[in-house]
Amino acid sequence: MSTKRQFLKLGVALSLGLAAFGLTGVAEAWEPKKPIQFVIMAGKGGGADKMARLLQSVVEKNKWSSKPLSPINKPGGSGAEALVHLKNAKDPDHTIMVTLNSFYTTPMRQPKLGVDITKFTPVARMAEDTFLLWVNKDSGITNVDQFVAAAKKAGNNWIMAGTGKLQEDQLLTDFLNAAYGLNMKYIPYKGGGKVAKQLAGNHANSTVNNPSEQEGFYAAGTTVALAGFTDNRLEMFPDAPTFKELGKDFVYYMQRSVVGAPGMSADAAAYYKALFAKVFKSPEWAKYRKKKSLQGDLLQGDALMAYWKKERAIHRAMLKKMGAL
Amino acid sequence: MEILGHLLDGFLVAFEPLNLLLVVIGVAVGLFIGAMPGLGSVNGVAILLPMTFLVPPTSAVIFLAAIYYGAMYGGAISSIMLGIPGASTAVATTFDGRPMALKGLADKALIAAALASFFGGTISILLFTGFAPALAHVALDFGDPEIFALMLLAFATFVGLGGDDIPKTIFSICIGLVFSSVGMDIISGEPRLVFFDIIGFMHGINFLVLAIGIYGIGEMMWTIEVTRGNPKMSEAVVTVERTVSALRELLSTWKTALMGSVLGFFVGILPAAGATPGSLMAYGVAKMTSRKPEEFGKGEVAGVVAPEAANNAASTGAMLPMLTLGIPGSPTTAILLGGMVIWGLTPGPRLFLDETEFVWGLTASLYAANLFAVVINICFIPVFLWMLKMPFTVLAPIIFVLCLVGGYAPTQDMHDIWLMLGFGVGGYLLRKLDYPLAPAVLAIVLGPIAEPALRQSLMISNGDFSIFVTRPISGPITIIAIILIFLPVFQFIRKRSKKNAEAGSI
Amino acid sequence: MRRAELVTAVLMAAFSIYLMWKSAELEVGWVPDEGPGGGAWPFWLAAVMLACTVWIIINWFRKSTAPAQSTARYMDSYAMNMFLLVGGGLFVMIGLVHFIGMYGAIPIFLVYYLRILGRHSWTLTLSTSIGAPVVVFFFFDIAMRIDLPKGYLEPLFFPLYDIFL
Repeated sequence: MSTKRQFLKLGVALSLGLAAFGLTGVAEAWEPKKPIQFVIMAGKGGGADKMARLLQSVVEKNKWSSKPLSPINKPGGSGAEALVHLKNAKDPDHTIMVTLNSFYTTPMRQPKLGVDITKFTPVARMAEDTFLLWVNKDSGITNVDQFVAAAKKAGNNWIMAGTGKLQEDQLLTDFLNAAYGLNMKYIPYKGGGKVAKQLAGNHANSTVNNPSEQEGFYAAGTTVALAGFTDNRLEMFPDAPTFKELGKDFVYYMQRSVVGAPGMSADAAAYYKALFAKVFKSPEWAKYRKKKSLQGDLLQGDALMAYWKKERAIHRAMLKKMGAL
Repeated sequence: MEILGHLLDGFLVAFEPLNLLLVVIGVAVGLFIGAMPGLGSVNGVAILLPMTFLVPPTSAVIFLAAIYYGAMYGGAISSIMLGIPGASTAVATTFDGRPMALKGLADKALIAAALASFFGGTISILLFTGFAPALAHVALDFGDPEIFALMLLAFATFVGLGGDDIPKTIFSICIGLVFSSVGMDIISGEPRLVFFDIIGFMHGINFLVLAIGIYGIGEMMWTIEVTRGNPKMSEAVVTVERTVSALRELLSTWKTALMGSVLGFFVGILPAAGATPGSLMAYGVAKMTSRKPEEFGKGEVAGVVAPEAANNAASTGAMLPMLTLGIPGSPTTAILLGGMVIWGLTPGPRLFLDETEFVWGLTASLYAANLFAVVINICFIPVFLWMLKMPFTVLAPIIFVLCLVGGYAPTQDMHDIWLMLGFGVGGYLLRKLDYPLAPAVLAIVLGPIAEPALRQSLMISNGDFSIFVTRPISGPITIIAIILIFLPVFQFIRKRSKKNAEAGSI
Repeated sequence: MRRAELVTAVLMAAFSIYLMWKSAELEVGWVPDEGPGGGAWPFWLAAVMLACTVWIIINWFRKSTAPAQSTARYMDSYAMNMFLLVGGGLFVMIGLVHFIGMYGAIPIFLVYYLRILGRHSWTLTLSTSIGAPVVVFFFFDIAMRIDLPKGYLEPLFFPLYDIFL
């Protein structure tokens, strides 16, 4: 019985391998020689971690890589530890990382690290995560106007919970404060899940969570999405307008990208690019993107580097405005 | 009645051959992962997560729950046998489990731990079955002031833990709390206490690095020195007679076990708390309510029963907010949550309505996992005891090697290994001068929960401390905690003045 | 023992002061409307540590604790030997990991400990020294997917990866 099943598995693996071979059509030039270090720039259980483990499992399930991706979380210093680890990687051909927007801000805020992100190897932008403005249902608020009125009335006692200090959530809070003349109090928490819980328990008045962080409470009707920081309305939240529609031209995304260590050989980079392009096209990834309202197309190579440079300039300007640089 | 019907359906799911097989394998794997110093249920669940995509979601979560349960049992094994807590949840088990093993009562300690875990597991699953959706909302009511009050209570139940030397005990608590603040200050967003700009301090000082250093290296060196390299701890044997007498003695601790189970379950439900504070508080309460508190720390069986019942109960409790609200109560449940999302299940209140097969299959498999864990665990006790019979010069280097790989596994950073050696040597030198070290280990676990909660609370209240006593839940907890903290101080002063009075009269 | 108690207390006092100074890189005072600053928690706890060491030193002068009264040597010759041989062995093993990886350092440490310190037979020594790394490899590298450091011995593992991963 078990040998039979093993044969079956072998057969499936072989045919999949052949299919992959047929698709790429080129003889594999470079193959990993050992397990690939898959650094995650965030802690266990968070959004980036969940996504990284999904990517790993898609690769593993389809046997697209001859050696496994072995994930390691390096959340220290808002990603500083992960960036330095990549910069100093002894074997850049076997070191890749899942990254987010602290990829731009952390090297700016901690210049002592000596990290230059343009030296890193762009592999693939897998998605852009979105942000929405959320309130608890008990507040009775259903649109941005009511939100602004309530927050204005509460003044400094209006609590906005967010992830980390001087990171995405605070950038958005500062935008809202400036755009609507509010004085909300920003309280940093350690992860998006904790933030979502503060709102659901009525310990905070509003948040700017990703859809994936709020989906459970949203589905249960505990929390309400008021508006999105996106270009177009999200399929999952048809009633939430974008801030663009409301006349405030502000769009903000969180990149979900895979980056290679600086100094990675061109052959290895090509291998990872092909690997993650395959993952991007997989039905599992498409399903996950849809479920989490992820946006953004696949970006690779020079296009991804150009995107980083553009985003870095935007973040530098934002941090300067906040007085954090 | 409806619940019973669902549960029956659940058992039919759990006892499908594939699921039953997964429960048995999961428990056995979990037991070994948990018994390994440095690896706990988080590692087991995280690492085996990708392998579960081969089976249907219900089977997958049953498998992971079995690993989770097995690892909770396994944590006690390394606490008792090696004196190294395999995970933070098993710290309190070392306090009395280790002395029991040194007295040649390792078999009794292991049986006590296994049965207490079983008891705690059973009580908590009963509570889970009966009250799951209703209890979930308790978790949401806990904001920052409540969490800080709870941490205060955890410390309070532990004031009596240290030795007789008060300044050294306070010193130990404080150094643990200071070490826990190394890394990133999330409130100000600044790196903090990054000594000599060494990048490895950026991720903070992992609890396991301190615990393995102190218990795995420092305590081992101390044992070698004190016993001149020949400790006698291999006398435990398993005989029917001994087992029966152990069971008889265990029967008398049922009240402690019940207290530990209920306390553990409720603390486990609360987000951010998890099983570690639950087991510590159960130990503290057991000591406080015991008729012979002076026996605690010297090998009292109730000191093993209380934390073990509590940590297993808490691990079930932690699943509750995860399933019903999508809030993980511990790192392990956070990973389980991630898994559920990947399988296409959305945790939240609707889960109990939409996915009844999944929910009740899981609940039933918790009963099954609990039963198999206790059976497998007890069957392995002779094997563990045989390991202890090895000469110490064989056991010691193997433990050191386990510490090395176990210390490396969580962060995969050699920096942490050097730090571990430093803590081991420092711990050994301080241990010789009667500095109690357990408070430091506790402090490094609770510190990262307590400090942000304190500061976030004060931000909410604009810096007003009254927030801790004026809120309906945090108020009573804070007041009880403060009374408990000052109780020993009053006792100490009274004893002092009595002594002085006596001295004066002579 | 008596002298060691005082020396340790003074060293710990110095360490507390260092921690306070290091914590003061962040705001240690009260931020209006916010509560304590980022450095306050470690700063004031280190201050309590300092107070405790002063208390320990006072106890030392009053000879009110056991270590402050004891006339035994802090480190007798057995303790010193053990400390150097065991602690030194661990130090060398960890150092070696950087060069020859876990799988080079562990067997060397086991041979050193079992044969030289433990005086066990070569059969036991070699079977343990070879068995332990094999078990560790299959448990950590293969089953748990935790890539332990290999140092310069890494190329030797490539064929193993090809077979087992």
